[in-house]
Amino acid sequence: MKILYFAWLKAKTGAGEEEVNPPDHVTDVQGLIDWLKERSPGHAQALADLSAIRVAVNQNYAGLDHPVKAGDEIALFPPVTGG
Amino acid sequence: MIRVQREEFDVGAEVARLTRGNHLIGGVACFVGIVRETAGGEAINAMTLEHYPGMTEAKLAEIEAEAGRRWPLEASLIIHRHGRLEPGEQIVLVITASAHRQAAFEACEFLVDWLKTKAPFWKLEETASGPRWVEAERQDDKAAAKWAGQGRDKAAE
Repeated sequence: MKILYFAWLKAKTGAGEEEVNPPDHVTDVQGLIDWLKERSPGHAQALADLSAIRVAVNQNYAGLDHPVKAGDEIALFPPVTGG
Repeated sequence: MIRVQREEFDVGAEVARLTRGNHLIGGVACFVGIVRETAGGEAINAMTLEHYPGMTEAKLAEIEAEAGRRWPLEASLIIHRHGRLEPGEQIVLVITASAHRQAAFEACEFLVDWLKTKAPFWKLEETASGPRWVEAERQDDKAAAKWAGQGRDKAAE
């Protein structure tokens, strides 16, 4: 599973991209974020406030209950500010 | 058509290229977003636009297709730049062309409103007190939401 971080999430986690293999009990976005928080203090800080985070699963916006599985590309980022 | 690029764009050349040879077009609307030199009362030296390669292109294409479903457009173009841009530089270009002005105006505004809330870009401003990430504005969500049911395809939402 590939995790991508953008904007300040990239700075706080210290990674733009990481390959992870979460355990079987991680089945949705919420579970994945809870699990990712354990990776480092930076991850815990970056992922502390879920209201400040948006998620894309395989390049489509997704909610916290969206399923995740091996091979998915999950991106975590703040609300977008284009234009 | 959509393009995500670092390079500067030439509005006149893009309008000419998009409309050339199509004489069903009676009106062209155009929006150009430019980097301001201040934000929230503080001077901005530059801003860096980060994006999500792949998803950005997909989202812009999706938004453009939605405009084409809602309004009778003859042609449209979205160009969004990324990388470091200084005040006065162009960030984004939206062009819509239609037989009549109303569709062109409305579709252009729709595209700008929607890309602000749906295209995965993030802005990092360089200020005297250091870099800071631009936060999403609630008014942008409102602007995007006002298009619910607008355009010829009322069933789109």
